[in-house]
Amino acid sequence: MRRYFTRKVITYVLAFFVGATIDWGIPHLMPGDPVQIYLSNFDLQPSGYAPLYKTMSEAFGTSLPLWDQYLHFWDGLVHGSFGVSIYDFPNQVTTLIWQALPYTLALLVPAITLSYIAGNRLGALAARRKVLDNTVLPAGYIFQAMPYAWLALAAPYLFGVIWHVFPISGGYAEGLLPQFSWIFISSLFVHWLLPFLTVFLVSLGGWAIGMRNLVIYELESDSSRYLRALGAREGLVRRYAYRNASLPQLSGLALQLGVVIGGNIVAEIAFRYPGLGLLIYNAITSEDYFLLQGIFIFIIIGVLAANFIIDIVFVVVDPRTRLSMQGATA
Amino acid sequence: MSEPLISKAADFANPEQTLTPVPDVVSVAGTPAGSVAGAPVTADGRGEFLHYALRNRKLVFGLALEALFVIAAVVGPLISPHNLTAYFLPHQPPSAGHWLGTDYFGHDVFAQLVNGLRTSYLVGALGALCASAIGMALGFIAGWRGGLLDDVLQMVTNIIIMMPSLVLLIVIGAYLKTRGLVFEGVFIGLTTWPWVARAVRAQTFTLRSREFVDLARLSGRRPARIVLADIAPNMASYLFLVVILLFGSSMLLAASYDFLGLGPTNVTSLGTMMNQANEWSALLLHTWWWFVPPGVVLTGMVAALLIANVGLDEVFNPKLRGQ
Repeated sequence: MRRYFTRKVITYVLAFFVGATIDWGIPHLMPGDPVQIYLSNFDLQPSGYAPLYKTMSEAFGTSLPLWDQYLHFWDGLVHGSFGVSIYDFPNQVTTLIWQALPYTLALLVPAITLSYIAGNRLGALAARRKVLDNTVLPAGYIFQAMPYAWLALAAPYLFGVIWHVFPISGGYAEGLLPQFSWIFISSLFVHWLLPFLTVFLVSLGGWAIGMRNLVIYELESDSSRYLRALGAREGLVRRYAYRNASLPQLSGLALQLGVVIGGNIVAEIAFRYPGLGLLIYNAITSEDYFLLQGIFIFIIIGVLAANFIIDIVFVVVDPRTRLSMQGATA
Repeated sequence: MSEPLISKAADFANPEQTLTPVPDVVSVAGTPAGSVAGAPVTADGRGEFLHYALRNRKLVFGLALEALFVIAAVVGPLISPHNLTAYFLPHQPPSAGHWLGTDYFGHDVFAQLVNGLRTSYLVGALGALCASAIGMALGFIAGWRGGLLDDVLQMVTNIIIMMPSLVLLIVIGAYLKTRGLVFEGVFIGLTTWPWVARAVRAQTFTLRSREFVDLARLSGRRPARIVLADIAPNMASYLFLVVILLFGSSMLLAASYDFLGLGPTNVTSLGTMMNQANEWSALLLHTWWWFVPPGVVLTGMVAALLIANVGLDEVFNPKLRGQ
């Protein structure tokens, strides 16, 4: 197991390093002098331009050699400082991110876990019953093929604009102040439901189809045949098939986290839900690069942390990883 | 988003549950198995393939549906009564004059739809092409060579899979003021190749210890030739399925990017239509004909691919044919 974890941790450290370097590198290696671009907004007199350019490049550190700027970036990163936001001016980038993070987590964590659990159960059931198979499978393919952005338009149109069941945008009703009261919490819940349901539905189909195929495959495997030959009940055979099939599904979950987070960003923007995704959107539209850099780092940390959690779950679920710890090779 | 699509390819990456490679094919229902270990596909094999392909309802249905959309993409812009830039009365519901009505600006929605179809297909094809080229090259190298090179390549693959590509595109896109169709396609290819690489590596790994590969090695064939002539044909059907799935997921990814305003800035696509509809409050103005058609069409395009893919899987893999 130590080998397993050493390998994983090296990958994570490298991934973080690469991600942070990309985050730093893209703005720095893009053509164009950022200070020049910034100053071009102000319609300056030529006499004022030169001294202002000098002051600004010293203030932003762009006059330093690139390697020095890179070290400064890491220095700030280690100390958790990402600079000041331009879009929400005197606020620190980290403050804005901490404000948005609970909304993103409230949307993402239940959507990922519930769709994973429900999808797998549904898929396993579909592998068993022909009737269910004939409904789950086509529905699964349609949800798999549906562009997420479109569901995030069609659902609020149907439930919000036509039927007036759910509000179509925001994290809570306008005019409310975040506080611990029944009105605020119920408003929070009502606004959360529709974005959650769309993210949940889109991921559901993929898990169901994957699980169905895996369980069917496992039921045909030699180990299942052997169990049946020993006279095991069909329920027991299926239970083992399900457990075997959940391993590839679990590693699939780890692989897809980056993409699921992307889908979540689309959801937040479509519903104007005040999480990290909407913050990204605001950062783009107001050209707030510090904020953008900060969020990118945060998302990478989130993906890596989630991967690590799945690794630990793997040790619990898959005995082979524990076996290798004791010196035996699986 | 497109995560579930590619995940199917990822499932395959586990060698324990991959499709049976061709050498294991036994004769089914009296017909001799077409291609044997590394031998070129014979006319006989092609006949067998066609025999099962034409009788597979999923494949035929999926292909027919897909063909319909392709025809619409090719012919649509030519038969569309209006062009993209013409102005009419805004907010008109679908009618005989405007088959899908007009949008906030008075543009014809049908004209946008058929032109957007073209863009979506082009971006999807470009993305799938780039991803499969890079993924196959690296997958073959990693699977064939093994050892340290394999470790390094796997590390790179895993790191790129973990990068949230949408956020990466947002960061890059924030600095690039204009983006074209080619940029979007290539970007999708550059961020999705790890899925192909993983799958190809796993397959190469299981195939390279087969006897027919040992024989090829003994006979003094160069490694590049063994990979291309002996290993690749044995996973050709599988690779084909992966590429189809990638094609579908590239189109969906592109739609997400476009919806966020990160798509091509100079052409109309299905995603930019949804983006425009969202930005100009089509929801509140009840102009459903602006955002419903692009989503339905894209769902149809990708669903047809998925269904054809399942059908092809059954055609290629005798174990799945069954009843």
